[in-house]
Amino acid sequence: MVDNFGAIGIILIFAILFPIVMLAIPKMVAPRKPGKEKETTYECGMETRGETWIQFKTNYFLYALVFVAFDVETIFLYPWAVQFRKLGTFAFVEMFIFIAILLVGFWYAWKEGALEWK
Amino acid sequence: MPQYGSGLFVSIAHLIRGLFGGTTVTADVVMTVINSLIIWALIALAALSLILLERKVAGWMQLRTGPNRLGPRGWFQTVADAMKLLGKEDIFPAAADKWVFGLAPMFVIGLSVMVMAVIPYGKGMVPVDLNVGIFYLLAVSALTTIPFFMAGWGSNNKFALLGGMRAVAQMISYEIPLVFSLLGVVMITQTFKMSAIVNAQSHVWFILLQPLGFVVYTIAATAETNRAPFDLVEGESELTAGAFTEYTGMRWALFFLGEYANLFIVSAVAATVFLGGWQGPFLPGWIWFAIKVLFMVFLFLWFRWTFPRLRVDQLMHFGWKVLLPLSVANILLTGVGIYIYQLIYPAIGG
Repeated sequence: MVDNFGAIGIILIFAILFPIVMLAIPKMVAPRKPGKEKETTYECGMETRGETWIQFKTNYFLYALVFVAFDVETIFLYPWAVQFRKLGTFAFVEMFIFIAILLVGFWYAWKEGALEWK
Repeated sequence: MPQYGSGLFVSIAHLIRGLFGGTTVTADVVMTVINSLIIWALIALAALSLILLERKVAGWMQLRTGPNRLGPRGWFQTVADAMKLLGKEDIFPAAADKWVFGLAPMFVIGLSVMVMAVIPYGKGMVPVDLNVGIFYLLAVSALTTIPFFMAGWGSNNKFALLGGMRAVAQMISYEIPLVFSLLGVVMITQTFKMSAIVNAQSHVWFILLQPLGFVVYTIAATAETNRAPFDLVEGESELTAGAFTEYTGMRWALFFLGEYANLFIVSAVAATVFLGGWQGPFLPGWIWFAIKVLFMVFLFLWFRWTFPRLRVDQLMHFGWKVLLPLSVANILLTGVGIYIYQLIYPAIGG
């Protein structure tokens, strides 16, 4: 018997192959005529001005930080959810502690204006 | 209730297994390879038919005819489009970061193939029935953010950069309500296994036990697939095509394929987790599954052609300040509900 994750491994190979096969077909049949004008950056016909790879708006970074906190919480919540009914009252009390920790962090982020789009 | 003919594909799989000695390693490998090829076909089929469906439904909702020239009622339109795309030149902009630019669409479609491996298409029809199924599904589909950002950054185009940045902000914001909305179901079923979640719904579908979870999931899934009213990532009227602006030919088509594969995936997950998956009377299980997926797809199409696009601050506000508290409330309600239920019927709990 192949282990479940062995099967996932085989599917991973096919997942990598799929786009390669899909791109191999146009490689054979599609024309390939590179040109200077054709390869310019498309910005609706205007000449592109200035750098594109710049330091970007910090708003996005704040959301990302809050996201990381919540995502880690999620990883803890899932195993807890599976065991919820087996653990009985312990899990029930723990739920409020978990959610309380989560909400304190959420409230802080909200209060500090990390969730405001400026 | 009995289902007729639901074992058709299972019997075929059993027959093929028999050729390679039943439960040997060879049989498992051969079955997985066949399953992978079926997933390939399913992605292509889903994309071709869903694009046609989308255009037809859009036409119907806007009192137009939609595509109606190629074949009967225009059924071959998407096939013709796909053939055309295969013959288009693959242009790499001179300013782009070639590797990041080239790899992004390949990641999108590869991740779709990986996710489709754990979806239960019918009774006994799960390509890989992982014991951490739903967790794996969320983890792998969460990675979809990365190729969008790769496309946005690698293109070295200002529209693409804005699109990529928006994609990251939007997808991570709606990731959390999405993940939390499925937590209630895990608490009830005590399992991550997709087939076990479907089996647990033989008496009652979880949409009735988790109505709030279903609503939050549906909204968050719309945002995760970057569909209107949350299509700021593409935002045709403001960003040309967002992160996909510089892509041409098959590389662009891979993004499109991935988009519709993801639409299929989120619909299939909703059907599995909330609508009872393959459960249903008389008809074979995989037909029930297909009906439920099509219902969910139709719902997403309906959203797209009904609601206007949100503004970016409204989008973030809605995700963090409305959906997230709602999904946390759903966890609390489910926990209290299960606890009271177990107090009343202690024999069933545990």
